[in-house]
Amino acid sequence: MHLLICGGTGCKASASDAIAEKLKTELEGNNLQNEVQVIMTGCFGFCEKGPIVKVLPDNTFYTQVKPEDASEIVKEHVIKGRKVERLLYVDPAKKATIEDSKHMGFYRKQMRIALRNCGFINPENIDEYIAREGYQALGKVLTEYTPQQTIDIIKKSGLRGRGGGGFPTGLKWEIASKNAADQKYVVCNADEGDPGAFMDRSILEGDPHSVIEAMAICGYCIGANKGLVYIRAEYPLAIKRLKIAIDQAREYGLLGNDIFGTGFNFDIELRYGAGAFVCGEETALIHSMEGLRGEPSNKPPFPAQSGYMGKPTNVNNVETFANVPAIILKGADWYSSIGTEKSKGTKVFALAGKINNVGLIEVPMGITLREVIFEIGGGIKNGKKFKAVQTGGPSGGCLTEKHLDTPIDFDNLIAAGSMMGSGGMIVMDEDDCMVSVAKFYLDFTVEESCGKCSPCRIGNKRLYELLERITKGDGTMEDLERLRNLSTVIKDTSLCGLGQTSPNPVLSTLDNFYHEYVAHVVDKKCPSGQCKSLMQYVIDPEACVGCTACARNCPVNAISGERKKPHEINPAICIKCGACIEKCKFDAISIK
Amino acid sequence: MTMETIKLTIDNKQVEVPKGTTIYKAAKKLGIDIPVLCYMDLHDLGVENKPAGCRVCVVEVEGRRNLAPSCATECAEGMVVKTHTTRVINARRTVMELILSDHPKDCLTCPKSGRCDLQNMAVKLGIREIPGQEYAEMSTYKKDFSPSIIRDVDKCIMCRRCETMCNTVQTVGALSAVNRGFMAVVAPAFEQDLEKSPCTYCGQCVAVCPTGALTEVDHTTKVIRAIADPTKTVLVQTAPAVRAALGEEFGMKPGTLVTGKMVAALRQIGFDYVFDTDFAADLTIMEEGTELLDRLTRFLNGDKSVKLPILTSCCPGWVNFFEHNFTDMLDVPSSAKSPQQMFGAIAKSYFADKLGKKREELVVVSVMPCLAKKYECQRDEFKHDGNPDVDFSISTRELAHLIKEFNINFEDLPDEDFDRPLGESTGAGVIFGATGGVIEAAVRTAYELYTVKPLPKIDFTELRGMEGIRSATIDFNGLPINIGIAHGLGNARKLLEDVRSGKANYHAIEVMACPGGCIGGGGQPLHHGNSAIIKARMEAIYREDAGKPIRKSHENPYIVKLYEEFLGKPMSEKAHHLLHTHYFSKKKDIYIK
Repeated sequence: MHLLICGGTGCKASASDAIAEKLKTELEGNNLQNEVQVIMTGCFGFCEKGPIVKVLPDNTFYTQVKPEDASEIVKEHVIKGRKVERLLYVDPAKKATIEDSKHMGFYRKQMRIALRNCGFINPENIDEYIAREGYQALGKVLTEYTPQQTIDIIKKSGLRGRGGGGFPTGLKWEIASKNAADQKYVVCNADEGDPGAFMDRSILEGDPHSVIEAMAICGYCIGANKGLVYIRAEYPLAIKRLKIAIDQAREYGLLGNDIFGTGFNFDIELRYGAGAFVCGEETALIHSMEGLRGEPSNKPPFPAQSGYMGKPTNVNNVETFANVPAIILKGADWYSSIGTEKSKGTKVFALAGKINNVGLIEVPMGITLREVIFEIGGGIKNGKKFKAVQTGGPSGGCLTEKHLDTPIDFDNLIAAGSMMGSGGMIVMDEDDCMVSVAKFYLDFTVEESCGKCSPCRIGNKRLYELLERITKGDGTMEDLERLRNLSTVIKDTSLCGLGQTSPNPVLSTLDNFYHEYVAHVVDKKCPSGQCKSLMQYVIDPEACVGCTACARNCPVNAISGERKKPHEINPAICIKCGACIEKCKFDAISIK
Repeated sequence: MTMETIKLTIDNKQVEVPKGTTIYKAAKKLGIDIPVLCYMDLHDLGVENKPAGCRVCVVEVEGRRNLAPSCATECAEGMVVKTHTTRVINARRTVMELILSDHPKDCLTCPKSGRCDLQNMAVKLGIREIPGQEYAEMSTYKKDFSPSIIRDVDKCIMCRRCETMCNTVQTVGALSAVNRGFMAVVAPAFEQDLEKSPCTYCGQCVAVCPTGALTEVDHTTKVIRAIADPTKTVLVQTAPAVRAALGEEFGMKPGTLVTGKMVAALRQIGFDYVFDTDFAADLTIMEEGTELLDRLTRFLNGDKSVKLPILTSCCPGWVNFFEHNFTDMLDVPSSAKSPQQMFGAIAKSYFADKLGKKREELVVVSVMPCLAKKYECQRDEFKHDGNPDVDFSISTRELAHLIKEFNINFEDLPDEDFDRPLGESTGAGVIFGATGGVIEAAVRTAYELYTVKPLPKIDFTELRGMEGIRSATIDFNGLPINIGIAHGLGNARKLLEDVRSGKANYHAIEVMACPGGCIGGGGQPLHHGNSAIIKARMEAIYREDAGKPIRKSHENPYIVKLYEEFLGKPMSEKAHHLLHTHYFSKKKDIYIK
């Protein structure tokens, strides 16, 4: 019997280490330490319900486990074979408990390729990776295929870059392989920076060897003997596990010289990023690794021509690499049978926002937003109405009800005015003000622009200022025109992907929620009631009994009135803190 | 070898260009003018600044999703480019409005007004208003005043030209981009002041800055007030490179020599004595040439305490550079002061005595092609009881401004001659203004002093030219003297590193901080990277030399007289006291506040 405990950053923060320790102590107390193994794995994905403990072989899925539950799990489940009912997942729709993860809505429609080992193996033990066919793909490639044959497999599989751009991976490798040089590099882009996204982190925390193996395969294909992982220093657990994995791989001769006795040499080093979003852009990433300012440069030359230290360099994202060993082992045809015509395979998304099942999912391309949000995601929190979903991170777009049945793939999302990005998916409900949402994302891109090119450096700031005017009720219809022109020009003229996409939240909300902008500008109203400046607190004289509770609690003395007579709020003084509403027992205060 | 070429279509016109050509250059070949702002091409230095940052030069390329920066995008076979479509024009205007929305509007008092690339571009693109300016936040920074250069980086547009000059050309490394996003700006590390950075004040950043973000410290007001003060006797000295470039500020052809008009203008402005730094250059040769011979002779006689090569020390940017970067070699440069400082020292002693005045009653002004000279004359070791040998140093540009302000019709001025005694100079003094000139002047004198024979030919053309690092061997009557020359601090660094590692073996080395020497100095009329202008100035310098009746420093009769009457002989105790200096290590740790 195995007890798997999620050792991802999220569950660790909720004391999953202590759960594991307690379980071990309990097992030893019952002299079961040899029969039952406690294993810390990578992320299960269902972060909403973490920490997760999964029991094998019966697949029992315990949610929101606390250290003090350890004793009951051991005494009841392990010893007596009775499931701990209260820790089982309850299907919110059917109100019934589900024992097995395979039957949970969250997992039913998922298909795990990149995440195949996350939540199954101990990422700090190379033997467990090898037991699940680990390094077989590398062995196969080195002994059976030429570099070009391997590239052809990746090309045929239809794998496209998972970092956001969607460039065909096999083609990228082929270009790098054809550029002759005395030294080439394979770079893994682990500078995941979208707010709320943690796909790459989870892969590195849960299955670091899959990335190492793929980088070696890539090195063989393009003729590089050196790999670099550019990873943000804010990912200490991923760094730790990656380091352990690299050491173990070296120890086993799977990195280093003469791998599998084939004469192929390959080794990997880590490079740390300081967390600048723009360093996820490949030229900026390379400059940062070179010790230069982390800012992008004009392409061409592409990294495949002149990259790290001026040498041909192939940069792929973590998730892209994680797919590679599976493709080699199961074949290009298998992979390309999954997905849509131009987007093959699966995609990992980080579900966040006003959704019931927050977490990490992997789904086949072509699944609809509706399936993701309402089936896997379990619908909108608190029974509220779905309003929009932002895909592609801060530079993606807001998609609405009308896009829910669009099959998700690279091209459809772009056609809908958003993008795949690295896989962030933030769901919004009826309470979200779309102007404020656009402003929120612009705040991020203003902060994260490197400042090299003028449209991104100054333009995004001006977009933000315009949005702020609008949310304050100072906007004009002319401002909406300016927003659109500015957004279009910033996209059209910016140097790198950051500026070329940063106005997307503005443009997509202008397209899909124009009426909300107009409401802010013309009616000076925020339909969602989110924009403080546009709210007014009023007391209904009919309902007010003059109890003075509101006036006594107002921090700025904006409320006046005699005892037992209706009170009034002075809007010039009111700071819209909401303290009065909370105190009023007669529902006499409302927001207009 | 046949060059691979590319055929493409720009604005419906076919053009064939060598592979690697940018759209901007291909369009230029067709006579199509694409506006560029951050782009700068210093062709002869082999340096191009094309960060593709301003995005003003964008064009439409068929099949490309977004607009392409023409300055940095290479032509591809069959490419179809449109340079002035509505989409492009709208984008350019919008981008320009954005840049201007974060730029101060104080053109009235801006030192760059009238020759500001940003101002010109605003005119060119027809910008009449900046939408939303009233609520647009501006990025603001601390103003930085150094002795030579003022950084007003509120005006920085992130073109990165200064960064290219400071890092790629000069390898000084004082300026680079800091901060990110809206607050991104070019500054010394940790946004320290220039004075705390390894800046050499060479002024090449100022020379290329398109806006008023980097300007020289202006001393013209102080000069006017000194002249207006009846208790002061105001002397002016003019550096050799000034006369070869000043005319450009008045619309004259580059390379026009305006020595006589310049002297006349300075008299009209009201200077009491108009002297020539060239006189002091001759004096420098006497001291430096003697020092070279002294070191050489001792070296050849096996004196192990003698260090060779001897390095010239007349360029203050270069002095600053080795004080920062070659602190282990501070005893290698000649101890001779620069001509500017020798002039000041002699003016406030020898000449003051002649006038019967105290040094405090004299004000010495220098007109220099250089910004580092402003710093040099403020150095403590060049002061006497707090009174500097040279009071103010103004640049060629500042002098041009003064001439215009005094409403002097420069072009029509009659030629006038310098005053005596400190205005007489030889051709050797003049060529100090061009790279290779100092060492040529030194060789002319050292040869005759060493061999006691007249030179068979005066022109050492092997020492001239524009190549960054040059070397030549001069036959001193059987003794081969190896000479190295570098101009531009990046080249100087290379040469010095070779000397340090023992790879290079020279007896004497001349270094000038600015590309081309003083004629390309940071205080000269802006050449906007056009090296044809630098070459024309260089030709003018050698023309002036060729036309001089005396062309060897030691034959300058007033120099001879100065030694007879006052100094004794070169490197005498008095000469040592007045005309020689020493160097300091400026290496320092930078602390973050």
